[in-house]
Amino acid sequence: MKILKFIFAFFIFMNMSALNAQDKNLHTKITKNLRCLICQGQSIYDSDSEFANSVKILIERKIDNGENEKEIYDYLIGKYGEWILYDPKFSKNTYILWLLPVVIFLIGGFVIFRLFIIKKN
Amino acid sequence: MKVKFFPIFLIIIFVIVFLIFYKGLQNSNIYTPNTLIKKNIPSFEAKTLRTNKKIDSKNLFKENEFYLINIWASWCIPCRDEHDFLIKLSNQKNVKIIGINYKDKNENAKNFLKELKSPYEVVLVDKDGTIAIEWGAYGVPESFLLYNKKIIKKIIGPLNKKSLFEIEKLIK
Repeated sequence: MKILKFIFAFFIFMNMSALNAQDKNLHTKITKNLRCLICQGQSIYDSDSEFANSVKILIERKIDNGENEKEIYDYLIGKYGEWILYDPKFSKNTYILWLLPVVIFLIGGFVIFRLFIIKKN
Repeated sequence: MKVKFFPIFLIIIFVIVFLIFYKGLQNSNIYTPNTLIKKNIPSFEAKTLRTNKKIDSKNLFKENEFYLINIWASWCIPCRDEHDFLIKLSNQKNVKIIGINYKDKNENAKNFLKELKSPYEVVLVDKDGTIAIEWGAYGVPESFLLYNKKIIKKIIGPLNKKSLFEIEKLIK
């Protein structure tokens, strides 16, 4: 019986630590994708500013309350605008951002094609 | 004469890229979110500095009244600078100033108000800075003018002559 109890306790303990690790991973993932608005060039995860620390506490609380990644992002976008996300959504304000690399890549390809391949032939 | 399109095309691209970056140079580095204007005020619970009583934000604000939410801390130097303007504003009858004490020690906050006089109707305590996030603020000092439970103006940084004048114009 004692062994059974021990196994039961061990099982619960293992599950709890797995849950905690999952929450921690989610916390890290979210904070790495958030821009620290008062310390340029740093994410919330990297920053130790007052603002970043408060956001970290808030996210921890929201994860504990069972909110998912999207809900937390939506909440913060509502407060600070989409600028707070490092990975902005595709919208009328961000289409240049998303499409420009593709366009530049195509132009680059075209330049190489014109200069080297056509000339060779 | 054969026109060389390709170099012209490259130059145009170069000029466009140059113009984009040049325009970017002139933009302000300070990011000011404008998403909060005309939005409903957030709901939160906080303790008061003096009585340590829990207050629900729903019971704090009334319709058809002006409120100025001021986020401050005793350790914040610009908060000292704006304090005179807050005192001036507190003499106006049609606006109530509500302070949110940001990441501060209660004792220091009380001493600050004792020394410089309190312009606040009530001071709420925000120990971990999460209430400031509810307001969409990211530091101290920051102020929000409210009317009909909606944010109508946001002032980032300390109040000054100009912002005080703007507030007075709005609450008339």
